[in-house]
Amino acid sequence: MARSFQNYLGDLRESRVWQSIFRSGSGPSNLHRSQAIQQNLYLHLFSVKSRRSSLAIGVTWYLGTLSMVTFLILVATGIPLMLYYHPSVPQAYADMKDLQFAVSAGLFLRNLHRWSAHAMVLLVFAHMFRVFYRGAYRPPREFNWVIGVMLLLVTLFLSYTGYLLPWDQLAFWAITVGSNIMSAVPLLGPKIRFLTLGGNTVNANALLRFYVLHCVILPLAGGMLVGIHFWRIRKDGGLYSGKSGDESQPQVSQPHE
Amino acid sequence: MSEKDKKFAAALDSDSRRTPVRLAFLTRRTSPHVSVKDEPFVMTWPDALFRIMVAAQLVAIALVLVSLLWDAPLEGLADPLQTPNPAKAPWYFLGLQELLHYFPPVVGGVLIPTLVVIALIVIPYFNVNIQAEGLWVRNKPQRLRMLAIVTAALTVFLAVLKVWALLAATLPMAALMAWSAGVTPDAPNRLRRWLFSKPLSFWIMTWFLIQAALLTIIGVYFRGAGWEWVWPWSE
Repeated sequence: MARSFQNYLGDLRESRVWQSIFRSGSGPSNLHRSQAIQQNLYLHLFSVKSRRSSLAIGVTWYLGTLSMVTFLILVATGIPLMLYYHPSVPQAYADMKDLQFAVSAGLFLRNLHRWSAHAMVLLVFAHMFRVFYRGAYRPPREFNWVIGVMLLLVTLFLSYTGYLLPWDQLAFWAITVGSNIMSAVPLLGPKIRFLTLGGNTVNANALLRFYVLHCVILPLAGGMLVGIHFWRIRKDGGLYSGKSGDESQPQVSQPHE
Repeated sequence: MSEKDKKFAAALDSDSRRTPVRLAFLTRRTSPHVSVKDEPFVMTWPDALFRIMVAAQLVAIALVLVSLLWDAPLEGLADPLQTPNPAKAPWYFLGLQELLHYFPPVVGGVLIPTLVVIALIVIPYFNVNIQAEGLWVRNKPQRLRMLAIVTAALTVFLAVLKVWALLAATLPMAALMAWSAGVTPDAPNRLRRWLFSKPLSFWIMTWFLIQAALLTIIGVYFRGAGWEWVWPWSE
């Protein structure tokens, strides 16, 4: 009698090797299900249990989840794109042409990266408005809202720095327009602009700076803030459910009597 | 209570094998989880994670399809000597660029965005936003008067500066607010009743949202050479 795939999977999960990696076996009990979350470095940011009402699509529209998914797609497509890209003038533009005509699936890779970036900006904005209209910023979640605003800014800067990298007319003049706004800051404006661009105009230095910001500094900052953002969901009592029993109702919002 | 009446001893020791003592402090503060009543919970694994996986798959498939069907734009090599007219920022900054058309750079490009970010950050720190009482529930005549004054002031200000794009959203918004005010809780119009229950923060955020969307759409579709107004269909 052939054994089912499920049986083999079960055996695998009970094996010494599996347990040495994942620190827990599998099983149908809630203990096993709790361990699946608790014993995983990444998943333990989530709580072991979730409010059933908070999982309905109409509550969150999963906008936060979808923002994170687009971020992961952007990392997954961004790293291979880095393999084909030189942040120098005019090689950067030649690399775009290579992606288009020479690299296998290069055009698809760039398309996916670019459209996902637009999608992420839209989703992050939508997530913010959804959270606002549900009143999910209420205590004890107020600081997580602030982290969310920071993440919105990181998203915008990520998109903006990435905009320059193709080094085509669109990129060059969009960044020129944007960086001219910086010089309007009172007193420090021209200095901020010089610091950002590494010069007085958008040039090779600006390309290198934007590249480092886009590929290293901003993704790291975003990743760290996302970690805190998710962890705070659990620490602040799970996703806001908006029900009368929710802890964030005003009567228990004062930490001290 | 004197020392000898005590039925316990307080000790501070970090060696748990020598002094296996647990101290519990009971405070009068209600813990979050105590106040939750009859909220049904499910296990995050598999219930929540399964849904997250499905959502992830759907958005990934959608983006792959878009990427197969439409190519990302790529223009000619960057040329500092050839300024395209108009030179446009990425779409999410076109609302800002549109503002720069009306206001001096220090206002449109620095002051307004900074104020918006600060306003977003402080939202949850004001009790008026936490209690979120309907704007018209109390002091209605006073608040209506305030609305009229603010609207009139904004209208004069925007008209003098010829900021028609902002005025076009502000006036209908004010009219909608006034319309929602004149209602009793048992009125037949559901939309009107719903709007009546909305707090000030709802109105401000909605005004901001409509304004931002309108400015962005104008910047993307209705601006041509010299940032002049063009109709998107008159190529």
